[in-house]
Amino acid sequence: MDQLIQHLVNTLILGGTYALLGIGLTLIFGIMNVVNFTHGALYTVGAYLMYLAVAALGLNFFLALPVAILGGLVFGAAIERLLLRPFRGADIDTTMLVMIGAGIALQSATLWIFGGVAKAIPSPFPEAPLQIGPVSVSWLRLFVLGAALGLIALTYALINGTKLGLAMRAAFQDADTAALMGVNVRLIDTATFALGSSLAAAAGALLGPVYVVFPQMGGLAELKAFAIVILGGLGNVTGAAIGGFILALAEELGAGYISSGYRDAMGFLIIIAVLLVKPTGLFAKAERIG
Amino acid sequence: MSRLLPFALLAGLVVLPLGLSASPYLLNALITTGILTIGAMSLNLLLGFTGQLSLGHIAFFGIGAYVSALTSLGFDVEIGFGTRVVHEPWPPVVGFLLAILAAGACGWLIGRLSFRVRGAYFVIVTISFAEVVRLVALNWVELTQGPLALTGIPAISLGLPGLGTWTLRTKLQNYYLVLAVGTLCYLVIARLVASRFGRAMRGLKENESLALSVGINATRTLTIATVISAAMAGAAGSLYAHYLRIIDPDVFLFSTTVSMVIMVVAGGKGTLMGPVIGGLIFGLLPVGLRPVMAPEAQWIVYGIVLIVILYVMPRGIVPGLARLAPRARPARAPVL
Repeated sequence: MDQLIQHLVNTLILGGTYALLGIGLTLIFGIMNVVNFTHGALYTVGAYLMYLAVAALGLNFFLALPVAILGGLVFGAAIERLLLRPFRGADIDTTMLVMIGAGIALQSATLWIFGGVAKAIPSPFPEAPLQIGPVSVSWLRLFVLGAALGLIALTYALINGTKLGLAMRAAFQDADTAALMGVNVRLIDTATFALGSSLAAAAGALLGPVYVVFPQMGGLAELKAFAIVILGGLGNVTGAAIGGFILALAEELGAGYISSGYRDAMGFLIIIAVLLVKPTGLFAKAERIG
Repeated sequence: MSRLLPFALLAGLVVLPLGLSASPYLLNALITTGILTIGAMSLNLLLGFTGQLSLGHIAFFGIGAYVSALTSLGFDVEIGFGTRVVHEPWPPVVGFLLAILAAGACGWLIGRLSFRVRGAYFVIVTISFAEVVRLVALNWVELTQGPLALTGIPAISLGLPGLGTWTLRTKLQNYYLVLAVGTLCYLVIARLVASRFGRAMRGLKENESLALSVGINATRTLTIATVISAAMAGAAGSLYAHYLRIIDPDVFLFSTTVSMVIMVVAGGKGTLMGPVIGGLIFGLLPVGLRPVMAPEAQWIVYGIVLIVILYVMPRGIVPGLARLAPRARPARAPVL
């Protein structure tokens, strides 16, 4: 029982960052119809920006986090402007290939610049974990959960409470009509990609200090983000948020009770299950899919 | 040029080793290029002719490599409940055939699963599948030796009853083996694409609703295409295992799939010669770039080249050059 509670606590902490990753990816797919293969690379970029800010520049941990997130925002905007804008109007397969090229170039650039040795990000939290009865949680992980939930809330507020969010939702439903109503759809594309990328970078910056930072860390994260997005339904933001926690639960229970070596295989099993039961995703309503 | 190019290329590849005066380094590069090109041709069958991108293609390749290696090495594993499965080594040729069968079976499974919904779903299912197979290869140490790698894989030997056996140990022998298998795959794909089945595939790619309306079974057609494509990738994997004589879970690296994708897209997806030309260019490019660039820097270049080609020559090098050729081409000629 104690073990189960510990697994559930871990699920919450992991799920928060997974949800961030999934929301970023599903937003980009839903609004731009782009399968973003730079998502994992931006997760890595976020982690390395955090490492640079904290370990190399000596910046305060809590200041470094927004720096990394802003960095992701800038990176995302640049990728959209430089690489996706010229392919406006191209089909989904072409933009997917463009993103694959960009993703592999970005990942290799990280490897080239920082080398293959994993780096650790020092955190200001005490080593001793918080002990509540039988359950122990490190302070760092608690902070990660809090920050992830805060960012998810912020994203929701942005989408549902601002004019930019209204324009994004309009572009999601029908880009042409939105353009006729005076929405600058190109700007929305840039904003969407930048927002999605900054969420990926945030997830990397948050999980970087928990684990270690290395150039290939994004590959697995990207795979998990895809699983989450399929789980929640392509383009469904709430579905992605819930999907993040479901994947985290499946991984925790799978690693805890089946085999820790196959922790990362859980995402694939989830994809199979979802495709067999409800191919449009668990939370698909009458929304446009794909 | 289009009719003669394949023959000219084949003739060139047959005599090429004579000109290299058996430089082992170049011959090795040519063999791995050939193996990857077979992978690219199989990928093209899906990506080019049906429009479905299999981004986990390396899974079929790796499964072929492992099945072939394990068949010819033998194994002794416990599969639970005290049951042991003991397998005595079989000849590598049997491994080669089993590799084709096993990879094809996996292709069937993936096709059945993901063609209920297509496009982005197929892409994601195939990548995830490759990752899971890699995890199995890494964690099932009793069978695969995990990260320690399977070593001492025997070279392929061809034997005819009464004529004795002939073991392909040298690079030159392997070169011609790869060339022969590659030519065979090319011919199979050429026949397939020109057949009724090939028209069904292309019909689905061009206009799915129209294809469905004339009675083409989409799921069945796409699944069969996936099976054939996966089986060819498995054959390439088997060649790889018996040539290198050692494999580890790194055969499942995502970047190898990306190389195949670049070969297909750069060469010209949906053409017969595209992946061959793309494969030769991008397979041999590392040989040229090696003195000037670190491998990770090369990958930056490949990523950028992929994007540039999509922008400048969206249909690829072969169709791009065919359009530049002065001779007026007949208006039909759908594939090279």
